[in-house]
Amino acid sequence: MIELTTASIASMWAAVPAAIQDTLLITLRILVVLVPLILAVAYLTYAERKVIGYIQNRIGPNRVGPKGLLQPFADVIKLLLKEVVIPSNANRALFVVAPLLTLTPAFAAWAVIPLFPGFVLADINAALLYVLALTSLGVYGVILAGWATNSKYAFLGAMRSAAQIVAYEIAMGFALVGVVMASGSLNLGEIIEGQRGSVLHWYWLPLLPLFMIYFISGVAETNRAPFDVAEGESEIVAGFHVEYAGVGFALFFLAEYANMILISALTAILFLGGWLSPFEGILGADNILARPGFFWFALKTSVFLFLFLWFRATFPRYRYDQIMRLGWKVFIPLTLVWIFVEGAMIAFDIGPWFD
Amino acid sequence: MRIGYLYKTLFLSELRAGLGVTWRNLFRPKFTIQYPEEKTPQSPRFRGLHAQRRYPNGEERCIACKLCEAVCPALAITIESEVAADGTRRTKRYDIDLFKCIFCGFCEEACPVDAIVETRIHEYHMERRGENILTKDKLLAIGDKYEAMIAADKAADAEYR
Repeated sequence: MIELTTASIASMWAAVPAAIQDTLLITLRILVVLVPLILAVAYLTYAERKVIGYIQNRIGPNRVGPKGLLQPFADVIKLLLKEVVIPSNANRALFVVAPLLTLTPAFAAWAVIPLFPGFVLADINAALLYVLALTSLGVYGVILAGWATNSKYAFLGAMRSAAQIVAYEIAMGFALVGVVMASGSLNLGEIIEGQRGSVLHWYWLPLLPLFMIYFISGVAETNRAPFDVAEGESEIVAGFHVEYAGVGFALFFLAEYANMILISALTAILFLGGWLSPFEGILGADNILARPGFFWFALKTSVFLFLFLWFRATFPRYRYDQIMRLGWKVFIPLTLVWIFVEGAMIAFDIGPWFD
Repeated sequence: MRIGYLYKTLFLSELRAGLGVTWRNLFRPKFTIQYPEEKTPQSPRFRGLHAQRRYPNGEERCIACKLCEAVCPALAITIESEVAADGTRRTKRYDIDLFKCIFCGFCEEACPVDAIVETRIHEYHMERRGENILTKDKLLAIGDKYEAMIAADKAADAEYR
């Protein structure tokens, strides 16, 4: 019997080969990010039902556990216990792989998200490019799901959602160009550091149009209301995931909500200074409220998540051609114009941002 | 007008107005009734499960006049009559098919002796085929069990009839 003291654990740890030590540490760090993320997704579904319920003068789920707090677990267990139905005409392999293909990029993008000062899973220089690449990858899962199902409605939903994601990707990319121009870096940590100063130093003010366009494109990108034609119940039942039940459906659901959290986190990082405190430069540097930390990042992300839910409860669904018009004829020209304006602001050293 | 339209769309004024409406509703008192624990108020005129009543001396009220069977728009009532041992006209069979019944209350209004009534009972279920038929025995049993409630409801509504 080996006694588990601190010393014995340390000696056991030292006996492990260095390569395995690294792998274990990295896995642990990944778990530290992913497990809370999955929990956050679970409670985001709860929050969504509560917030939308309150907006509609209802009180939402309140039966499972105190205040309905165990509702997400009840839902997950129900979905996992359900039968996995694969339509007879479906392409079995692709049908099974598709949900994973949407989920993996949504989770993988979290590798470069700085959660608090000094903590990021992978501190790479081209973090923003990596995020852009991964968020675009998610559309493959959607297209594959629609195609592998071998059903008209799923295919229509997949085409709609693919066209929409591609269109808004461009506006999003241009909004990111604005951020890169302002910060001079593609590393998310450095982008946050570049916003240091006060609330007025954050990029939302000089890049206000890009900020709005980025977030609205983010809503469109995640196929959320009011841009959720991909799953318009009244026309094409549920879009690309009509034939998915049980686990497959749960994975699509997880991916959608993980993407929502990702977009909110990115908006908070790129335009609202991530983990920087809004009281920085207002209260003294010693004040606990003025210190940067995870709390501020979580708070800002939650505000954007609330906006997602609020939008869903407020706006009716856009028509498909209106979505395309907004993406191609409004957002892309607007971002281009503002990039020129920003270039001029940088050239003439305007404000506290571009000196 | 064109400039005004541009201003409105660029600054999302109408979208913000819509968001304002939902924001205000977020804090308004909620309408939800927690059903098994809380219930909405019921009128004494509530039309739920049927019952047959008796006179205070225990005699059946129903005289098999078949007015309810005739008035029933859903043809849910089936009556067969006979002459009872004491020489009065009585029902041999009085069935109400709850699957056909639309709970319109016409039978209750048609009844000259207030025999068939609709109570305020609305929480009941059927588990097996055939349980949807309310026979004469079942109707009388319901009437006996809830007589106090039925009498109170009828008294409360009497002055409006």
